Amino acid sequence: MDYAASFGLILPELILAASGLILLLVAAWGGDKAASTVSIAATIALGGAFALVVPSVCAGSSGPDRLAFSGLFTADAFAGLAKLMIFAASGAALMVAPRFFDRLNAMRAEFPVLILFAALGMSIMVSAADLVTLYMGLELNSLAAYVLAAILRDDERSAEAGLKYFVLGALASGILLFGISLTYGFTGTTNFTGIAIAVADGLSTGQLFGLTFVLAGLAFKISAAPFHMWTPDVYEGAPTPVTMFFASAPKVAAIALLARVALEGFGSQALAWQQIVIFAALLSIVIGALGAIGQQNVKRLLAYSSINNVGFILIGLAAGTLAGASAMMVYLAIYVVMTIGSFVAVLLMRDADGNPVEAVSDLAGLSTTRPVLAWCLMALMFSLAGIPPLFGFWGKFVVFQAAVEADLIALAAIGIAASVIGAFYYIKIVKVMFFDEPAGTVTGKSDTAHWALLAICAVIISPLGYLLTGWLGNLADMAAASLAVAI
Amino acid sequence: MIGIEHYVVVSSIMFVLGVLGIFLNRKNIIVILMAIELILLAVNLNLVAFSAYLNDLTGQIFAMFVLTVAAAEAAIGLAILVTYFRNRGTIAVDDVNRMKG
Repeated sequence: MDYAASFGLILPELILAASGLILLLVAAWGGDKAASTVSIAATIALGGAFALVVPSVCAGSSGPDRLAFSGLFTADAFAGLAKLMIFAASGAALMVAPRFFDRLNAMRAEFPVLILFAALGMSIMVSAADLVTLYMGLELNSLAAYVLAAILRDDERSAEAGLKYFVLGALASGILLFGISLTYGFTGTTNFTGIAIAVADGLSTGQLFGLTFVLAGLAFKISAAPFHMWTPDVYEGAPTPVTMFFASAPKVAAIALLARVALEGFGSQALAWQQIVIFAALLSIVIGALGAIGQQNVKRLLAYSSINNVGFILIGLAAGTLAGASAMMVYLAIYVVMTIGSFVAVLLMRDADGNPVEAVSDLAGLSTTRPVLAWCLMALMFSLAGIPPLFGFWGKFVVFQAAVEADLIALAAIGIAASVIGAFYYIKIVKVMFFDEPAGTVTGKSDTAHWALLAICAVIISPLGYLLTGWLGNLADMAAASLAVAI
Repeated sequence: MIGIEHYVVVSSIMFVLGVLGIFLNRKNIIVILMAIELILLAVNLNLVAFSAYLNDLTGQIFAMFVLTVAAAEAAIGLAILVTYFRNRGTIAVDDVNRMKG
């Protein structure tokens, strides 16, 4: 395949990279005054990349035609679907950020540039067909994310979140990289297709070690238990728009990447990684549910909620089938909408002076003081808990269906039982909002951009969302089918 | 004769030392940055040794990428550390505890 065709396949990434570099110069020359211009330009660049990816997703592209640079990069429908979610979530973060930072007088022109580079990194991650591409994409995303977490330079908690994220993220990269080096050494190649051929007759001990380290490193990035320790601290300390970004886009990217490594690279040795994924899934569900119970900070609570949800997504992967991968993508799409909605609701919680409030107790009596916000938040909480008329239920349903079809009935049963425990703290928030005496702290004015985003999310997770099931299921099926799996 | 297994053993030891350096160190965050470098160097040693053993260039090219990223990572890590120090006036590991629970 010649270079011109390869460059054609990476056009969305080229747009992001070029606009990111140009906007970095604009930000350097214009200073923070240029922040709003840079924000708008970055959103347009993301929109352009989004539009360029749509055709490959709708057509379900797959096969060798979509491989760029002699098999380093693939622009198939699976990567495309993940990219659509990533770009949408990054765009949402760009939309809500200016209002949040303006109040603190801390809107920096670097912020949209960093989001662009993170989106570029994630886009490379999901398209990786080789361990080298995987690592470069992951690091591009991580390095931008460390800075984003610490972007409020004068805020102690933001700096601490950045530091913790950096140390644990670097450790995760190290573990992942050690696994990659072992995989390379014992299979003789870094290409996923080559790895699949090398492990077709069974795993040697060295390959198994490599696989385990790679899975552990990626589990860190998706904050699956037992590698979740950083999540609550980073989510609490980072500025809320950044937390919203962390909880949505990088999760999609790392989970899609994990699925690709597991299914494309080690698809023939599913038994070896299934146990690890099942273990991580169940532990994430339980820790996510139990850890959230005592939390007093809404962002911290949502961090545990995201750990819990990652567990459910991993059940789809644990099935080890294409149906499981498809269910995972459906769940991810719904999860991204629910997460963005919940964090926008947190952004809308402000006191009379416009300062953000984050404690669960501040939500008390919200149904009388801010009924619309309370009802939206209630729908989001019930949807995250997976209670039927709401769209969140559909995600859990397809994931469990895939697990049952793959004869993992015990896993599905334990997962459903644990989701009941998880429902406890979601319902607790609803109880605080509807039945407690009004605390009267959430009184500040809110912004149109935030409300618009919350309204969109609320409509999608409402029962109206079920109109999308056929379409979403179809896209996810085509995406999963485009994986070059040797099962 | 030094074979591939010696390299793998040495790099595994370096990797474990690096991980222990992160978890057991209770003093200074700079030491954590050094431990992270040690982990990346262990990986590089592995990659280069395997590359020579397999007669395949990929590993050496990968090692170049890892070196580059390690430099960027160290730069960002130190920058975050400086912001943190300006806020708190300390870089002792035990003091990184504003958030708990």
